[in-house]
Amino acid sequence: MNNILVLPMLFPIIVGVVLIFLRTYGRIQAWISIASMALTAGISFYLLHTVQTDGIIRLDFGGWEPPFGILFVADSFSILLVLTSSIVTAICLSYALISTSKELQTMYFYPTVLFLAAGVNGSFLTGDLFNLFVCFEVMLLSSYVLLTLGNSKRQLREAIKYVSINIVSSWFFLVALAFLYGTVGTLNMAHVAERVAEVGQTPLLTTISIVFLVVFSLKAGLLLYFWLPGSYSSPQIVTSALFGALLTKVGIYALFRIFSLIFYHQPEITHTIIGIMAALTLIGGSLGAIAFNDIRSIAAYNVVIAVGFMLVGLAIATPAAIEGSIYYLIHDMVAKALLFLLVGTMITLSGTSKMAGMSGLMKNYPLLGWSFFITMLSLAGIPPLSGFIGKVLISSAAIDNGSYVLLTLALLSSILVLYSLLRIFKNCFWGETIVSKEEQLPLRRGVLLPCLALVVLTIGIGLGTEGLSLYVMDAAETLLNPDMYIDAVLGTIQ
Amino acid sequence: MNINDVILKTVSKAVVLIILTFGIYLFLSGHNQPGGGFIGGLVIASAFVLMFLSYDSETVSDALPIDFKKLSAFGVLLAMASGIAPMFFGGAFLAQSFGYFDLPIFGKTELATVTIFEAGIALTVIGVVVNIILSISEDE
Repeated sequence: MNNILVLPMLFPIIVGVVLIFLRTYGRIQAWISIASMALTAGISFYLLHTVQTDGIIRLDFGGWEPPFGILFVADSFSILLVLTSSIVTAICLSYALISTSKELQTMYFYPTVLFLAAGVNGSFLTGDLFNLFVCFEVMLLSSYVLLTLGNSKRQLREAIKYVSINIVSSWFFLVALAFLYGTVGTLNMAHVAERVAEVGQTPLLTTISIVFLVVFSLKAGLLLYFWLPGSYSSPQIVTSALFGALLTKVGIYALFRIFSLIFYHQPEITHTIIGIMAALTLIGGSLGAIAFNDIRSIAAYNVVIAVGFMLVGLAIATPAAIEGSIYYLIHDMVAKALLFLLVGTMITLSGTSKMAGMSGLMKNYPLLGWSFFITMLSLAGIPPLSGFIGKVLISSAAIDNGSYVLLTLALLSSILVLYSLLRIFKNCFWGETIVSKEEQLPLRRGVLLPCLALVVLTIGIGLGTEGLSLYVMDAAETLLNPDMYIDAVLGTIQ
Repeated sequence: MNINDVILKTVSKAVVLIILTFGIYLFLSGHNQPGGGFIGGLVIASAFVLMFLSYDSETVSDALPIDFKKLSAFGVLLAMASGIAPMFFGGAFLAQSFGYFDLPIFGKTELATVTIFEAGIALTVIGVVVNIILSISEDE
């Protein structure tokens, strides 16, 4: 019995519900939620090791064996993401503890973040497509709440867009599920995969797979990212850091899972479409990142570029490319949370989000400046930071595969990421110091600690790639050999 | 409001009783027949909403001093607890069991642990529905 498998989702939910009863105790709530996410990270780390020794593990809810019941399945890919997202959530929560106003803390902020984490972890772990839909909804409902917490006009405007686009895409998701269930008669991922392999991927099934592609592209911000920059740049700092780090990654995870486990028989159609969408995302995201003068919008467009980059790996779909994408996925969760936290801190300190309003921050806040510098290098893919290995693997896979257009766009986008962040660095940190040492807003004690933790993490992932490679290689192997996953779920029914 | 709604008030007194009975019946018949915690909870919540509509919310809130936010949280906690409990007896998460007992009045009765889970769902649904209606009505 692998009951521990449900804990990364169950534990945040229980703690979140308990916190509802402790509404008035802001700081206690914060400490409890940080501790619970840290514990969740510990559990995932233990699970990661169990998967290495025992292979893929699964938990049948209520003892109902697949394909009849709902189940959670853990392979290296999903557990790596659960581990990273738990760590990033814990760090973002500690930023909230230090910086957020008391008013916000008592408005169910912490329970909602925990529910969001539960939805994210559940989406990574579930082995059932309808359950994936439910976990998506848990995550989305929490994100609606987080997006509207606060009272600015802009937040309300962006929230209406965000909620309506997500309701439409959830409806599409249901339609796709209904089509799939009507065609193959099951929603258990492994069972669907087995049946699709048996009957062959007919044109009808390919069409259904494209409906799924549209749904997950909307969630991941692949080509259909028009809603993303606005809604990621309007809420509280911590919230946009969490969104930037976690939400799109769930969509990307779903794309990887669906198109490597189930619909991988017609790559000349599906993977070509993914490749084209990734290319257009890279172009659009890069244009956005260099066009804006609002530093939060620039950060949000950087999320879009990263989505395009990771999906280049899926479009190429060789072992090296998939490995590169997994490295990049892990790196991007850490780096995007860091970027949004730093940008948010800059806005809090200078009182504006326009680049023109900031100058010479380096003199006042050197630590903040150098943290931003490291983030910039990491996102651009400079060794030995965490972005490097993913970019190298995807690029070399693109060369081996002869996908020169994707290669060119991917590398160009990296340069433009560097350029867009260098612009922030040059304009905001260098230049004439506007605010003198005496008049500067004091940096609240400890605000930079969570950011520094993430900086250490991005350096650590970069230097510790050797240690990580064991897990990432296993994850890529499982993704490329769907039979391993199917066997683990359906093969060993006791 | 000074509308003379004596008919509405009198009728809803009787109707609320019927709705509550029906809701509890649906809830109990849940795991073998059509019904269950979600539907039963919705029906029971509709009885509460009817009370809030026909009387003003102060009167009902005085008669029913329940914080519906906390009620729904408690419901989730109860449902989760019933899912966790089997984990301590070597079963899978959410595993259920049932047994037959001789009760004084009912005779041989089937008692199932799934009822606890359903009760949690029912409380959550009641809490959420009433909370939504109250939040809308209390808005200035």
